[in-house]
Amino acid sequence: MTAFVIRRLAQAVFVLFITSILVFGGLYLVGDPIEILVHPEADQIERERARVALGLDKPLVEQYLTFLKGAVTGNLGKSFVYARPALDVIFERMPATMELAVLAMLISIVLGIPLGLYAGLRPNSFISRSIMTGSIVCFSLPTFWVGLLLILLFAVTLGWLPSTGRGPTEEIFGLQLSIFSLEGLRYALLPALNLALLKLALIIRLTRAQTREQSLLDYIKFARAKGLRSSRVIGVHLLKNILIPLVTVIGLELGSVIAYAIVTETIFAWPGMGKLVIDSIFQLDRPIVVAYLLVVVCMYIIINLVVDILYSLLDPRVRISEQHG
Amino acid sequence: MTEQVQKIAKVQTPFKRLCSQFAESPVALVGLVVLLAVIFVAVFAPLISPQNPYDLSKLDLMDARLAPGETGLGGQHYLLGTDGQGRDMVSAIFYGLRVSLYVGLTSGIIALVIGSVLGVLAAHLGGRFEQIIMRIVDIQLGFPAILVALVLLAVLGKGVDKIIIALVSVQWAYYARTARSAALVERGKEYVEAARSLGLKGSRIVLRHLLPNAMAPLIVVGTVQVAHAIALEATLSFLGLGLPATEPSLGLLISNGYEYLLSGKYWISVYPGIALLITILAINLVGDQLRDILNPRLSR
Repeated sequence: MTAFVIRRLAQAVFVLFITSILVFGGLYLVGDPIEILVHPEADQIERERARVALGLDKPLVEQYLTFLKGAVTGNLGKSFVYARPALDVIFERMPATMELAVLAMLISIVLGIPLGLYAGLRPNSFISRSIMTGSIVCFSLPTFWVGLLLILLFAVTLGWLPSTGRGPTEEIFGLQLSIFSLEGLRYALLPALNLALLKLALIIRLTRAQTREQSLLDYIKFARAKGLRSSRVIGVHLLKNILIPLVTVIGLELGSVIAYAIVTETIFAWPGMGKLVIDSIFQLDRPIVVAYLLVVVCMYIIINLVVDILYSLLDPRVRISEQHG
Repeated sequence: MTEQVQKIAKVQTPFKRLCSQFAESPVALVGLVVLLAVIFVAVFAPLISPQNPYDLSKLDLMDARLAPGETGLGGQHYLLGTDGQGRDMVSAIFYGLRVSLYVGLTSGIIALVIGSVLGVLAAHLGGRFEQIIMRIVDIQLGFPAILVALVLLAVLGKGVDKIIIALVSVQWAYYARTARSAALVERGKEYVEAARSLGLKGSRIVLRHLLPNAMAPLIVVGTVQVAHAIALEATLSFLGLGLPATEPSLGLLISNGYEYLLSGKYWISVYPGIALLITILAINLVGDQLRDILNPRLSR
C-alpha cells in the first residue's frame, strides 16, 4: 500500500514536470504578452522596461529555471495582469468553481441513481425505455448550447432566475461561498444544472447496468427467498453493491466536472477559475495559465489516488497489490 | 458439386447480415437516415444553400437580425432568420455543418490510423514498447479531453489544421487502447498461430491478420469518437479557441448568437445548436446499434 502511494506520487511529480515544460515552452512561442499589456502608445524604451520588469528579456531556459525554482517553493510566478502571485489569484477563484462542481455532482447523483435503479429493475417498462432514450439525448447534447437554452428559457423568457453572475457570498470556514443562501442558490442553480446534465446521463446508465447485472446474482435471489421486503433487498443489499463502482466513477468524474466548468463558467459569467483561465489565455497571462493547469493536474492526481484507495477500502476483494500502478 | 456451390452462395455475406441486424432497430435506422441526410447537406452545401454566407457582397446589413420566416429588402425569404450581419441562417448552418463534419471526420480518421497502428503494434511487440505506449495512454486518458485540447490550442493558436491536431492528440489514445485489447484477444487465436507457423513476416501478420480482425471494436469506438470530436470542436470554437471566424463551424455560429440571446433573438444560437444536436444524436444512435450487433457478448 505504502509502496503503491509512493509510486503514484512519484509518477505525479513526473507528470507535473512534463506538463510544466510543455505548457511553459508552448506558451513562450505564442504571441508577445508585452504587446497586449503595454499601452499601445508606449514607446520602445517603455516596452523594454516592462519586458525587463516581467523577466521576459531572458532566454527561455533561464525563464523556465527561474519558474522551476519558484515552483518548488510554492511560488508559481506573478500574474502579468493582476500583478499578484498567480496562485493567490487562482485560490481566490477556486471556491466558486468547487461549489459549482459539488452542487452539479449532487444534482446528478440525487436524480441519476433513482432513475437508473428504476430503469434497471424494470428494464422493459415504457418509463425505463424513456429514461434510457432520454439519457442518450442527454449524452448527445452539447453542454454549452444547453446552457444557452437554460438562460433563454428560465432567465429571458420566464424571468424566474438570474441569467449570469454569482450571488452574494458569505464567509463559511474561511471560504467565500454563495450556495448557502437562498439568493446565492438562485444564481447557482442554472450553471449547476447545466454542468450536471452530462454526468446525469453517465450515472443513469451506469446505475442501470450495475442493477441489471447484480439483481441476477445469487445473493439477491437468496435475500428474496428469505422473504425480505423488496424495499430492503433493493435499498440495502442491492444498493450497497452497486455503490462500489459508482463511488469510483463519481470520484473520477468530479475532476472532469471541474475541467468542464470552464465552459459553464464562461456561459454564465461565473467568476470561477475556469473563466479566469479562458480570460488569461486571451490576455496571454502566462503565469496564470501555467499555474491553473498545474493546480488542476494536481487536483486530478489527488482525486485519482483517493478514489483508488477508497475503492480498495470499500471492496475487500480488491487489494492494491505491490505490482499495481 | 454445382448444387453445393449454389447452396453456399445463398448464405448471407457478413455485410448483408450486418445490414439486416442493423435494420432490426427502427430508432437506429432513423438515425442512419438522418446521418446520411446531414452528410448530404454538408457535402453539397454550396449547391443547395440559398445564399453564399461568406460572400460579403451578397450580404445586406439592412437584413440583419430578421426573425425566422421574415422577408428581406431584396425579397429573399429567410426561413430561419438572419444573423447580426444579415446572413441567412439556413445557409450559415449548411456551411457550418460542412466545417464541423470535416473537422470531426478528418481528426477521427487520422486518430484511428495512428491509434490502431500503435495499439496493435503494442500488442504484437510487447515488452518496453508496449509499456511506454500504454503508460502514455493511461496518463492521457486520466485527464478530461477538454483540458488536453485547451492546453494544445492555447499553445498552437487558431486554425482548422491546429484544431485537427488538438483533436487527434486527444483521441488517438482511445483507439490505441481498444486496438491493443482487441489485438491481444486475436493474437491468441489459432489463425494467427497458423499464420506464424507458415512463416509469415511480422508486418504481414499485423497488417493482414491482426488489424482487420480488430476492426469491429474500432469502428464502434470510432463512431462515438467522431460524435465526441464534433461536440468538442464546437465547444472549443464557442470558447473562442477553435476555428477562425473565416471558417465558422456550428460552434462558432452558436457563439456569435450568444450576444443576441439576452435580447430574445434566440434563432441565431438556437438553430445551429439544433443542427449540432441532430448530427451528434444521429451518430450516437447509429453507434449504439453498431455496438450491440458487433459485440460478441450480446450476440443472439
